[in-house]
Amino acid sequence: MTRHALATIGRATFFAVVLGFFSLPLLWLASAPFDAHPSITTSLPEFTFGNFRSLLDNPYVMSSLRNSLLQAAGSAALVVVLAALAAYALSRVRVPGRDALLYVLLLLSSVVTGTAAMVPLFELATRLNLIDTHLGVILTLSGGLLPAAIFILKDFMDGTPTSYEESARVFGASPLQILRHIVIPLVRPGLATIAVWAVANVWGSFLQPFILLRDPDKSPGAVILYTLYTEGGAPRLDLISTFSLLYSLPVVVMYVFVSRRYGFRFHGGIKR
Amino acid sequence: MRPVLAAVAGAVLVLAACGTGSESSDGSVTLIITSNAISGGKNAETADWTTRWVIPEFEKEQKAKGRQVHVLFQPSGVDDEQYKTKIALDLKSHAGADVIDVDGIWVGEFAQAGYIKPLSEVAGPEVDSWEGWSQIPKAVQGLGIFEDKKYGLPQGTDGRVLYFNKDLFKKAGLPADWQPKSWQEILDAGNALKAAGVPVPIQLNAGTAMGEATTMQGALPLLAGAGAQIWADGKWTGGSQALKDVLGFYHQIYTTGLGDPKLQQEAQGRDKSFAQFAEGKIGILAEGDYFWRAVVEPKAGVAPMQNRDAAVGYALIPSERPGSGIRGQDFVSMSGGAVRVLNPNSKNPKLAWELLSFMHSAKATTSQLAGAARITSRTDVNDEVLGVDPMLKFVSDEVLPITAYRPPLAVYPEVSVALQEATAAVVSGKTVDEAAAAYQQKVESLVGGAANVTS
Amino acid sequence: MSQADPSGLGRARAVGFVLPGLVLIGIFLIFPALWTIYLGLTDYRLTGLAAANPQVVGLDNYTTALGDDRFRNSLWLTVQYVLGSAVVGQAALGFAIAWMLRNRPGPVKRVTEGLVLLAWILPSSVVAFLWIALLDRDEGTLNALLHTPGFAWLLDYPMSSIIVFNIWRGTAFSMMLYGAALENVPPSHLETARLAGASTFQQLRDVVFPRIKGHVLTNLLLISLWTFNDFTSFQLTAGGPEGRSEILPVYIYNVALSGGQLGFGAAISFLVLLINLVFAFIYLRLLRGRRKVVVP
Repeated sequence: MTRHALATIGRATFFAVVLGFFSLPLLWLASAPFDAHPSITTSLPEFTFGNFRSLLDNPYVMSSLRNSLLQAAGSAALVVVLAALAAYALSRVRVPGRDALLYVLLLLSSVVTGTAAMVPLFELATRLNLIDTHLGVILTLSGGLLPAAIFILKDFMDGTPTSYEESARVFGASPLQILRHIVIPLVRPGLATIAVWAVANVWGSFLQPFILLRDPDKSPGAVILYTLYTEGGAPRLDLISTFSLLYSLPVVVMYVFVSRRYGFRFHGGIKR
Repeated sequence: MRPVLAAVAGAVLVLAACGTGSESSDGSVTLIITSNAISGGKNAETADWTTRWVIPEFEKEQKAKGRQVHVLFQPSGVDDEQYKTKIALDLKSHAGADVIDVDGIWVGEFAQAGYIKPLSEVAGPEVDSWEGWSQIPKAVQGLGIFEDKKYGLPQGTDGRVLYFNKDLFKKAGLPADWQPKSWQEILDAGNALKAAGVPVPIQLNAGTAMGEATTMQGALPLLAGAGAQIWADGKWTGGSQALKDVLGFYHQIYTTGLGDPKLQQEAQGRDKSFAQFAEGKIGILAEGDYFWRAVVEPKAGVAPMQNRDAAVGYALIPSERPGSGIRGQDFVSMSGGAVRVLNPNSKNPKLAWELLSFMHSAKATTSQLAGAARITSRTDVNDEVLGVDPMLKFVSDEVLPITAYRPPLAVYPEVSVALQEATAAVVSGKTVDEAAAAYQQKVESLVGGAANVTS
Repeated sequence: MSQADPSGLGRARAVGFVLPGLVLIGIFLIFPALWTIYLGLTDYRLTGLAAANPQVVGLDNYTTALGDDRFRNSLWLTVQYVLGSAVVGQAALGFAIAWMLRNRPGPVKRVTEGLVLLAWILPSSVVAFLWIALLDRDEGTLNALLHTPGFAWLLDYPMSSIIVFNIWRGTAFSMMLYGAALENVPPSHLETARLAGASTFQQLRDVVFPRIKGHVLTNLLLISLWTFNDFTSFQLTAGGPEGRSEILPVYIYNVALSGGQLGFGAAISFLVLLINLVFAFIYLRLLRGRRKVVVP
């Protein structure tokens, strides 16, 4: 009885601490956008919607969210489809050294997503005529995300049983049909997770879209957020906090939608 | 799976179609202007002036000459270093806008890299016969000059002074028309302020977190006051006596409670120093005229002070001792400024020059000010507009004649960081000799050996 | 399992499945990555004379880096950062949350998971502002809560601050991965162990760990790699004060973008890759070493 009570108290404390730790930094996002004189302190705001009004006067804000959506959705679709196909094949057919190969790609992806690869990526996009195109941003970012996506998805695919596929094959299903009707439903929560991960990554990317795009009407939110500063480089907190909130909402909505619709976890509950 | 693939392929094709630029087919010419400004964001005034005044007026003027010209503005509005990276990448791949806004300090490194060419080489002899040259003082023209060649037209310049809070000065028994004649007099004022209970008597930018603000508002004017330029006669200043004097001055301020060492380390330290000055917590602050017209400016400033004109005093930065400054000066300052250059790969270089010189005409310069006072590159415009603002007139009349400029060389930004690190070391308690020795070593490694450094 | 090719994919079709991804990776990953590694062998700069005429300098960049105090300091900070925030922080906290939440339906689970995931999916520039607001010296929320006005978290404890920050930022991935992994542990086995008097630690060691080892490896490999490349802390401390939180991604940014030394920055990027490889070998060794003992 006492032991049980102690365990309950311990558990409650644990969750209280975890919830406190994860929610505390978020308070600013809930207060500053509505504050007439936002500072970096989280405080009860002098309530106003004025910040939203002045933000909407900025000609690039709404279009930047649309651009973020386009670039994130494009990259996520590309990453999920290509990674699912590759991960399935790598999981089902033995290729010598495939794990090592995947890991090497993963390592190279860390070079390409860093600052130092800026010039090669820019020159590559120039030569392929991809400067100032959404496609250029999508392909460049997808290239950096694919190895990790394949790496994670292959793990899922390894974890799903092959017996269904064998029976489907006996009934004459083609490999694409097997993938579509048997494997995909099994790993759907995993695909959803990868999609959200890819969207979140693209959503926050600044350097690649910044160097690859010229027309501000194509710039994503991450780039426009960086323009809300003064001549001397001081952040305009009224605009930044408000834009931060607007700019975060689509990702949060997407996560809620995806997790309701497809589930949001790694294996689909199928035991080995 | 198939429909998904088809959808992806379709999306890719649509996006690819969106991406290709449109070339006009009606025989008209398109010119592009770029600058680190964006409507609704950083430097919004410049962006709005470009789209609302320059473009329609220039297109109109060209139409009157019977030419169909379209001008586009490509805004940016980000951190200066990121903007620099972007235009460097553009120029490197022989692309980019026709008229490009750059910081004067980048001219040398861009020229050395072959990214930009002298104006007359790009646009021809009409450059030298431009009416504007006679209106731009030689020193200001220097912002766009590298190795005796004119690469760009300067837009304006600025100057650094010591600001002080007259209310706090009164409390400390200091005069409202304070003008220190030596570094010691700054320290004396600081001590009087400290005794009067002012939380931060002196704010002299230090450390790496403040970035170039440390160099321009702190290290370089002090160095000039100690009689040295950071780069002169082909050599860089190393851990010399002048530098040790500068570091010694920092040491005195930050180890005797005259300054707040922590503020120098904070990532947002400079913004905070603005806010603290406006709140009456800082007595003396070294800053550029930017501080006057955009920070404590009563209406639209970052840290507005309603009583700015009455409460904020300004004084020249004194040399270490009278006469100890560069060129034997009693007072010193540092200046910088932006210039506009032509893209050597422009398809219409003559027309691009017409646009560039149009943007620097007296008419355009006046319109860019939109009623606000600011030190432009043209004396004819300055004479007209600066009368309304005594502070900017002070900078134009008193500061610009004694000011100095930074060397426009590619390695300068790294030397600047070395200077910042030296001040940081002193502020955090290292001795002056240690910091100077480390600086000397660092500069030698940056500029290719001891032969290029004076010590 | 896959040796028999049970789904009848066949080599040719398998290649067809892998090819689209491989082509994209080839063009947009391998090619620029190799180019970057090549730049690491030159003195290439963004501007100035070295931009017009880059020279191949061989391993000079590497010897310069290894002999440079700032680089070595940065490397050491990065190792602390990865071990502290990823290997210990994210992995342990992620596992703890997953363990406490297993088989626990209802609002506690949804709210906890939701909040932890929110920290993971918010854009990094937004997250940086959130943490500045939390930790600021003069006006930060934390100082207001703790009644410690003027306590300079980011200046006096820069590394601890960014480590805690990164734990907050990235725990979600470990939580999800371990949550999935724990579903592979049959509850009956845990029950048996508990009835046999095993402590929680013993249960974890003898029943849980052997079954989730693959996930532990995947998790450690990925979060280490991501943490080695995490740049968000730049917006919190800019590497300061005096380089006391200048982890390698920040160092590379300062060198390559602010300093324009692209060749040198590229060389450091490759060094980071090599260090990741070392970490990977260590993980493999540690986890392989125990396999024979526990897995039936």
